Amino acid sequence: MPHKILILFAHPLYEKSNANDALVRNIPQSGNITFHDLYQEYPDFDIDVKREQELLLLHDIIIWHHPMYWYSCPPLLKQWIDLVLEHGWAYGRDGVALKDKLILQVITTGGKKENYTPRGKDHFTIIQLVEPFCQTARVCNMHYLPPFVFHGAHFMEADDFERNGEIYGKALQYLENKEFDVTEIANHYYFNDWIATKLL
Amino acid sequence: MADGFFFQAIIYLLAAVICVPLAKKLGLSSIIGYLFAGIIIGPYVLGLIGQEGQDIMHFAEFGVTMMLFLIGLELEPSKFWRMRQFIVGMGSLQVIGTALVIFIACSLVMRWQWETTLIIALALTLSSTAIVMQTLKEKGLSKTSMGRSSFAVLLFQDIAVIPILAVLPLLAEGHVAGQTTNHSLIANLDNWLQTAIVFGAVGFVYLGGRYLIIPLLHIVAKTRLQEMFTASALLLVLGVSFIMQLVGLSPALGAFIAGMVLANSEFRHELEGDIAPFKGLLLGLFFIGVGASINFTIMLADPVFIIVFTTIFNAIKFLVLLGVGKIYKKSADQNLLFAFALSQAGEFGFVIFGFALQLNLIPVELSNQMMAVIALSMVGTPFLLLINEKWIDPYFGVKESPKNKYDTIEEQNEVIIAGFGNFGSTIGRLLKANGIPATVLDMDSDRVDSLRKLGFKVYYGDASRLELLKAAGCENAKIFIAAIDNPRVNLQVVEIVKKHFPHLKVLARARNRNDAFDLINTGINNFYRENLYSAVHLGVDALTEMGHRRYTATRQGQRFIKYDEEATLRLAQKKNDRQALIAGTLREIEIQEQLIKEDLFALKTAQDHGWESEEIKEENQKK
Repeated sequence: MPHKILILFAHPLYEKSNANDALVRNIPQSGNITFHDLYQEYPDFDIDVKREQELLLLHDIIIWHHPMYWYSCPPLLKQWIDLVLEHGWAYGRDGVALKDKLILQVITTGGKKENYTPRGKDHFTIIQLVEPFCQTARVCNMHYLPPFVFHGAHFMEADDFERNGEIYGKALQYLENKEFDVTEIANHYYFNDWIATKLL
Repeated sequence: MADGFFFQAIIYLLAAVICVPLAKKLGLSSIIGYLFAGIIIGPYVLGLIGQEGQDIMHFAEFGVTMMLFLIGLELEPSKFWRMRQFIVGMGSLQVIGTALVIFIACSLVMRWQWETTLIIALALTLSSTAIVMQTLKEKGLSKTSMGRSSFAVLLFQDIAVIPILAVLPLLAEGHVAGQTTNHSLIANLDNWLQTAIVFGAVGFVYLGGRYLIIPLLHIVAKTRLQEMFTASALLLVLGVSFIMQLVGLSPALGAFIAGMVLANSEFRHELEGDIAPFKGLLLGLFFIGVGASINFTIMLADPVFIIVFTTIFNAIKFLVLLGVGKIYKKSADQNLLFAFALSQAGEFGFVIFGFALQLNLIPVELSNQMMAVIALSMVGTPFLLLINEKWIDPYFGVKESPKNKYDTIEEQNEVIIAGFGNFGSTIGRLLKANGIPATVLDMDSDRVDSLRKLGFKVYYGDASRLELLKAAGCENAKIFIAAIDNPRVNLQVVEIVKKHFPHLKVLARARNRNDAFDLINTGINNFYRENLYSAVHLGVDALTEMGHRRYTATRQGQRFIKYDEEATLRLAQKKNDRQALIAGTLREIEIQEQLIKEDLFALKTAQDHGWESEEIKEENQKK
């Protein structure tokens, strides 16, 4: 049975992002993969909570795909988290709708990977920075996978964008069609490291 | 039997009901329908109505008065004041110019007494307010530069009737001594006193409207009896007309002033709604009267004279108007339309000849001939306009296809905007500012010219014409924005676009919910009600003023819009079923009721649970 994947994409200026353009272009055309462009759907931040919840129920793997802005996600994705993950539905005593779904965060950063270290410019690691998202997933009884990170978008050439896009596409295909061991993924620092072992 | 009131009424109504839709079906104006209805039931064809055509007309002239009242209602005094230079300038040029040329021409050719010639010249100078205003309204031209100029000239003519009628007795004194003129109650008073009384009467109407009529209407409105309000509205128009007639002013002018005084009042729309049906019927009756009063015996006695004379005086009037338009820098095609529209003689002509006959200023036969000339020219106007529209206009002024220099970009625009008034131009500017060029279709040729200078690709003309839509590139465009001011025309255009260019995505402007219903019926789901968004916006600000947090109010506003759009779609369905049963206002009120009931329910359930802690607290307590 193939896995159903929901990509919740949040980018307020997508048309100017080469990195994300390459990533999104490489998303496989598949009935099992739903690409959901939040800024396109809800330009006025008026999120249709019912509809979002229904979408979530239809999928097994949820992807939060966004650029890193000020060490967090763009505001519409935060709005989405605030409003869609309702008490009594996503969490709380009766909130079991999302139980055991997988959640994967796909992040692009302008800065290089080495900046995101205790001694680097950004002082914190990505793993530390995504802790709120990880905890959110935990509260909703979901499995938070290690983040899938594309660093250094500010320094990339066309080839680099394209290569990243390909990796993203293949990773999605793998997640869609292959069985995999969640604990095995959890043992890797980034999702990138795990998928690299699978796409040799 | 034939004299019975019912029989008469049935004849008139039947003739109108048959002829007017027929004329409309043939693409002619309703005026032609009425005129032919009059001719057919008149004494010379079927003979169903006798010579009372003239009497009917005197009665029906009241329709013209009502029309001016309605025009006044739409024209606030401040707007009127801004038009003053056109009213006085264009009006006087036209009246004096035309009268002078006709007078000279007739003096040279005909062997009439100079007084008679002068009267004929003056009478024929005045155009028909009824025909022109009705035509402008039907063709949706009232708001164009040509429409405004026509209105200015007509208004001046209405005013000019007063001195003309005042001068007639002076002309008569020359040869008919001792003729009493009973023209008005004050005719026998001194000149200065007459003037004072005339100004006093106008002032009385003005102040009376302000301080007497409006409070009275308040009282009447409180009775909540619709028919009482209608009765007061009629009484008001009749009363003002009567006062004006007493002091020898034109009742139409008085009604116009009264309308203008009330234009600023809160009763404006109600008065409009009450008077409009009467006006429509009486105007129709008036046109039937004109048709019926054409005296074919006289015409056939000397048809050549009548036809030649009508043609020549029409031509003179046309040329003078063309000159006036030129002086006021009208574009060629607007000017043509203006000149054709006003080239006939009008209802005031009948009044002047009738009065002149009383004073023995004109021989009976000549006066009859002249009345036939007037009627003929009135009948002719709609046809002249049709000829202009079909064959002459396309060769003048703003061409329907843009001049070559605008075609240098061979690439077709993917967006077409029909109607570039306030609404359409805002859209166009937003698109242009974001680098999306749009092709514009518009009816106002002056605007078209200025837009072209600004670099817009503009097509001039009636967007409901298929050829124009094709020329504008509908076949290759992606989206079509229907933003025409007149909702009826807008709907018509949408229907045509839907039918002939099904690939086009149509985004349509809707004035209100009813327009939206019509659009939904033609299969349009992208409709934009111009009052919804600003009303909700205002409502949000009001909520904020009342202490709501601005963000919460804004969220409620967003939700309200979404919900109201859904409700409109839902109601459109229902409306279809009952459309035939429930009429106009009642329907609107019912819809309002239903909406308000549902609002209470819908907005209670709409809350941002994610930001609230009520449920969490409850759960914590249970633990």
